[in-house]
Amino acid sequence: MYFGSGHSACPGCALPIAVKSVLNALDGKCFVVNSTGCLEIISSQYGKSAWGVPYIHSLFENAAAVAAGIDAALEVLNRKDEGHVVVFAGDGATADIGIGPLSGMFDRGHDVLYVCLDNEAYQNTGNQQSALTPPGSFTTTTPVGKLMPGKLGRKKDMISIAVAHGIPYAATASVAYPRDIIRKVKKAVEFKGPKYLQIHCPCVTGWGLDSKLVIKVAKLAIETGLYPIVEFENGKLTRVMKIKRKPVEEYLKLQRRFKHLFKHPKGEEVIKFIQSIADENAKRYGLDL
Amino acid sequence: MKITIGAVSKPLESLKVHTGDWGTEYPIIDENKCVGCGECELYCPDLCVKLVEKDGKKVAKVNYNYCKGCGICSSVCPSNAIKMELKEIFKT
Amino acid sequence: MVKKVVRGFYSVAYSVKLCRPKVICAYPITPQTEIVERLAEMYANGELEGCKYITAESEFGAASILVGASATGARTFTATCSQGLMLMSEVLWNAAGMRLPIVIVNTNRSVSAPLSIWNDHQDSLALRDAGIMQMYVENNQEVHDAIPQAFKIAENRKVLLPFMVCMDGYKLTHAYEPVDLLDQELVDQFLPEFDPPMKLTTKNPLTFGSYTPPSYYMEFRIAMHRAMERAKDVMLKVFKEWAEITGRDWGGLITPEYDSGEVSVITLGSLVGMVREVVKELRNEGYSVNFIKLRVFRPFPTEDLRKTLEQSSKVIVFEKSISLGHEGPVGMEVKSCIFGKQVEFYDFVVGLGGRDYPKDAIRKAILDVYEGKRKPGLYFDGYKEFEEISL
Repeated sequence: MYFGSGHSACPGCALPIAVKSVLNALDGKCFVVNSTGCLEIISSQYGKSAWGVPYIHSLFENAAAVAAGIDAALEVLNRKDEGHVVVFAGDGATADIGIGPLSGMFDRGHDVLYVCLDNEAYQNTGNQQSALTPPGSFTTTTPVGKLMPGKLGRKKDMISIAVAHGIPYAATASVAYPRDIIRKVKKAVEFKGPKYLQIHCPCVTGWGLDSKLVIKVAKLAIETGLYPIVEFENGKLTRVMKIKRKPVEEYLKLQRRFKHLFKHPKGEEVIKFIQSIADENAKRYGLDL
Repeated sequence: MKITIGAVSKPLESLKVHTGDWGTEYPIIDENKCVGCGECELYCPDLCVKLVEKDGKKVAKVNYNYCKGCGICSSVCPSNAIKMELKEIFKT
Repeated sequence: MVKKVVRGFYSVAYSVKLCRPKVICAYPITPQTEIVERLAEMYANGELEGCKYITAESEFGAASILVGASATGARTFTATCSQGLMLMSEVLWNAAGMRLPIVIVNTNRSVSAPLSIWNDHQDSLALRDAGIMQMYVENNQEVHDAIPQAFKIAENRKVLLPFMVCMDGYKLTHAYEPVDLLDQELVDQFLPEFDPPMKLTTKNPLTFGSYTPPSYYMEFRIAMHRAMERAKDVMLKVFKEWAEITGRDWGGLITPEYDSGEVSVITLGSLVGMVREVVKELRNEGYSVNFIKLRVFRPFPTEDLRKTLEQSSKVIVFEKSISLGHEGPVGMEVKSCIFGKQVEFYDFVVGLGGRDYPKDAIRKAILDVYEGKRKPGLYFDGYKEFEEISL
């Protein structure tokens, strides 16, 4: 058993779906480095660890660097056959505070699979915006008020940043399709060097949706073009999940974090902006069937 | 009391924590409708639905010690074999 | 052993090489850069067998890489100071709590602002609460000798805490001194392979870095405190063993020069040489003065100092550090050892930002105290009176 029940994730949390998919894909032959965040807190309390594989939590922003250290040590100790080095880090830890060490790890070419669990905000501290929070989203640091309709900025394009470092494999995935996660993980570890996998994980508590809708919402994110599922190998776009496009409103209306857009004076403008991003993604990656 | 050096923990001690009392609803599997596809097992975030052999076919079985009643299994079941029921103690 | 005239940074790099580290992380910062440069050259020439040398993207990255490597069971080393040490401090606190025996050479340098690349002890002393052992060396032979001892003490299962060897930036790092260079055989005999009680391995999957609720946290910090206490004995044993195999006895956690004195003078780092000389001259002139070299700052040698300072009626500390808003940190800690005793205490804060503190200033300071020309308290010495203006 690589990851156990009894962890304290919210009912319907998508993070364990992503984690078990990754661990199963590797048959548990891995070292996990986990940054501070929801996953770490729900799974690594002293005396209640949910992990069945070797695991280390250090700080919030250094998972990539700690993983680099493990990779180096395994190499010099001739123990690389023990397993793959995998990082699980949230979107805040990856795209904001940890981007320096992540860039360094990519740049030095460490043999590490870096999995970003993207629930689109600093959820563990109660839903504050991160670089991967999408526009229009309510968060407690981009709240909805008389003046502001939630976050105005875009999602940081981490895939492009990853690819720009020249790493051999970069891809997005979603808990909507665990088999796709498994396939991508198995494919990623065939490459030597840094691999980046960003998995979309809806957050019941932060996004404000019924747990029964988690998978439906995850699918809608893809089907609207807002979360393109793409795969890059050696810098080239090799695979894309094609979609029969749905308008973004279908995705937005199911989540409390976007509900204000249907009432707020600036809401219509923001929805238009969100739609334009979806259109841009579709064009850029050729998503439309 | 005994503590480990540097707060290192043993693996899988979370299994001691029975989160089954968290939810207000719980899944009931209709074994006649269940085709043993394994979608519920694939998705369950609490790893508490597993396919087991029963009378020569595979059916889903829930471990109620850990089930938090999130309903994801029910939402992904292609055969509509899982229904979420309100727990007795919450029935008025 | 071969005696060679070498610069401080070379004596560090050479000693590190002999300790057979497995992972070395480098990030440049004046005046430590030359240490990692020498190690890089050794690496490029294939002289660091079985070692991986990583150029990190920042000091924070460097320390974090070592956390991962050390937890996996590799012997690790890095060097830094000043701003770099400040940047690493989050990780070093974390490494201490995770009981990882990382060895760091800190080439003591002033902290911004204002920017200064010159020597004082404000950087390392800012980390005194973190659970990291700290030793201050007086010359380049001592730093050369300190490194194998640092690994041995840190990796001892009764201790398991990071070890910071502090050497004065520029004053020691760049100085040319004759150093008796150790040989590989001696270090191999003295320093066994790193064998941690627990490590990251798929053969025994453990969870490192668990978080603790209030019902557990306190015991872990007390455990670290007790490890620090045990470190005192471990250090004394290691120092003794070192003296036996090399013939160089650097003393204990403190090294008193004489048996007693009316006035006791304490200092640390490269100032030791000069203060020791001044005290010797004063004694020859008939003054009752003792000199004590403070070698180990963490764990603090409370009992040893208390005993040694027993007969003195006046105690002087010369330090290159100030806890802004109170007194010098070294002074405060020495004072706490003699709490309750009838002693007059004088804390001289000198040499901040690399300012020279010459011999005659040391002599005048001690004599002023001896002859009762100063009242007990905190003194900044060797500065110019000033007025603050805005433009």
